[in-house]
Amino acid sequence: MNTFLMNIKSNKTLKSKIITLGLVVGVYIIMQVLLSAGAVSSLIKGLLVPLCTYAILAVSLNLTVGILGELSLGHAGFMCIGAFSSAFFSKCMQDAIPVAGIRFTAAILIGALCAGLFGLLIGIPVLRLKGDYLAIVTLAFGEIAKNVINMLYIGIDENGMHFSTKSTLELNLSENGRVIIQGAQGITGTPNDSSFTVGIILLLITLLVILNLIHSRDGRAIMAIRDNTIAAESVGINITKYKLMAFSVSAAFAGVAGVLYAHNLSTLSATPKNFGYNMSIMILVFVVLGGIGNIRGSIIASVILTLLPELLRSLNDYRMLIYAIVLIVMMLFNWAPACIQWREKVVYKLKAKKIRTKEAE
Amino acid sequence: MRKFKKLVSAALVSAMVLAMAGCGSDGNSNTNAGNTFKIGGTGPLTGDAAAYGQAVRNAAQLAVDEINANGGVNGYMLELNYQDDEHDPEKAINAYNTIKDWGVQIVLGSVTSKPCIAVGGKTKEDNIFQLTPSGTAVECTQHDNAFRVCFSDPAQGTVSAQYIGDNNLASKIAIIYDSSDPYSSGIYESFTKEAGNYSFEIVSAEAFTSESNTDFSVQLQKAKDSGADMVFLPIYYNEAALILTQANSMGFTPQFFGVDGMDGILSGVENFDASLAEGVMFLTPFASTSTEENIVNFVTAYEEKFGGTPNQFAADAYDGVYIIKAIIEKSGVKPSDDVSAICEGLKSAMVELTFDGLTGSGITWSADGEPDKAPSVVVIKDGVYNEM
Repeated sequence: MNTFLMNIKSNKTLKSKIITLGLVVGVYIIMQVLLSAGAVSSLIKGLLVPLCTYAILAVSLNLTVGILGELSLGHAGFMCIGAFSSAFFSKCMQDAIPVAGIRFTAAILIGALCAGLFGLLIGIPVLRLKGDYLAIVTLAFGEIAKNVINMLYIGIDENGMHFSTKSTLELNLSENGRVIIQGAQGITGTPNDSSFTVGIILLLITLLVILNLIHSRDGRAIMAIRDNTIAAESVGINITKYKLMAFSVSAAFAGVAGVLYAHNLSTLSATPKNFGYNMSIMILVFVVLGGIGNIRGSIIASVILTLLPELLRSLNDYRMLIYAIVLIVMMLFNWAPACIQWREKVVYKLKAKKIRTKEAE
Repeated sequence: MRKFKKLVSAALVSAMVLAMAGCGSDGNSNTNAGNTFKIGGTGPLTGDAAAYGQAVRNAAQLAVDEINANGGVNGYMLELNYQDDEHDPEKAINAYNTIKDWGVQIVLGSVTSKPCIAVGGKTKEDNIFQLTPSGTAVECTQHDNAFRVCFSDPAQGTVSAQYIGDNNLASKIAIIYDSSDPYSSGIYESFTKEAGNYSFEIVSAEAFTSESNTDFSVQLQKAKDSGADMVFLPIYYNEAALILTQANSMGFTPQFFGVDGMDGILSGVENFDASLAEGVMFLTPFASTSTEENIVNFVTAYEEKFGGTPNQFAADAYDGVYIIKAIIEKSGVKPSDDVSAICEGLKSAMVELTFDGLTGSGITWSADGEPDKAPSVVVIKDGVYNEM
């Protein structure tokens, strides 16, 4: 009896996993068909890679916020680290590795590794504490990462790399040297390696890793910590270890999203708009609207909220106003107690009606 | 509850797919059989930099309306579509794709540098002619299909240093710049580079960032201690206004020299005592108080239609539209040509053009996209700009 129940349970998670992955694959196939039929506008074509980027960001943040139960306000900071480390690598290696596939794979690994490493470094001191410390520290980290990159100048010539925090003049480059990171002007001319297919593959990898982590023994330990730290500790779960595991995996995937972002634009700079506090909050909004702890919801929310302002372009100046209103309405619809009650009532009524019609038959 | 959730998610997914497909059907009209030239652009119409984007959109619309009222270009009408890019490269790509779906043939944009570089990569791919009114970063015109109306950042820094050096305006110069802004740090670098050729000395160079742009006492104190007789401010007017106020309150009265971002200091800042700006010199291609006929006409028309005095961005955009008109006439391209042919035609006409407009006369362009025009420096006297 017991094993039977377990089977159903594992099947249920398996089913949910397959639905989530199938959704992504399904959208990919539909889009590919539409693309090959030439039925997709340039706007949507241009949005495909950013959509993957934001979906990866939302899913990875959901691991920290929904599964680990810690608030992180610096997710854009990890994205920034991933973006700059990988763009730096790609720019340096553009001539050395001419094959885009190999270079981009290496860039993705480097971006994920760097972001994950920073996640680990921040997590080690902070995740030992109880309370809102992670939120405070990650908030600071995001701003620090952005500002440090804004003052960094790196150039390369035959003597090796040159660093400066002042200006390109102080790099003392030789004549055939080139500046790679130009302070606030960032990196220009990163090869455009990102594509929709790569984006979808990365999203699938993110989903596979995170979903499997959640449903593994480690994942259950992580959720036990979220639900009751003291109880988890009492059964011998190593709290810091599991917290660190979830947080650094989440940071690493934010780095992957950063890589995708950086290789999609020909210019990369750390502005408050793309890697600042606002972006971190934006990702958090995706997670909250999609449902905290609900991976599929994160993807859907990130896709809708990224598409919405673009599809509202015909409204001109009222675009951002409408977007804000829709955001508030969605938030109320999803989370306001009165709304939840109303929704339950509607569902109940629908069910009752169905039963009545069945009985009538 | 579960069923309801399923229902909602199914509805949302199908709505999204429909939306995507729906967008597809009305796009892809890149060839234009009509007799209008479709000019599009992207600029920040919302957000912090909205003032620039709106100025460009308004002035461009003004010029387009004027041209159409006078019978168009070679008998063809012009049509303008400006999309919001929120001063963000990623959004700029979306905005550019929107005007591409609309069928854009000539791009007048982008307004700000970073979005302009991002859009530049795409216009190069599609081979669409691009003329940026105010994208100052060097990379804005890195591709051969891109030109600009304004000076580039390095050109502004170099020209400022030359002007100060040639006229012996100062011997010890302090610089306060925004290290988080490519515009400001770009000018700072080229100014420092060029300063080496002149007798004046840079005694202090202090940076601030966009997050710490309210208190400048430290930077000003350093400038004062180093004995500077001139402070060079390659920054925007809102920060410059604070610097002028704070310098005044600490009794530091050097000369101030700015670049085109200084335009707007007299009227653009609330609660700023404009008398503090007396004697401030800056580089600008356009002074709205000028008495030249074409400028007076432009300023009155702009004020009548949109309210408020046009700034330098507006003048650049207005000139931009007339430059496009001139090169269309010169090359004889037709709206029915495909965009790539229009681009090639306009490109070759552009380097042969000599243009007289609001932002200079006798302007010519080289194939690398840079305009060649004389810089003009104005000094604020009795609350108005006076050419020096």
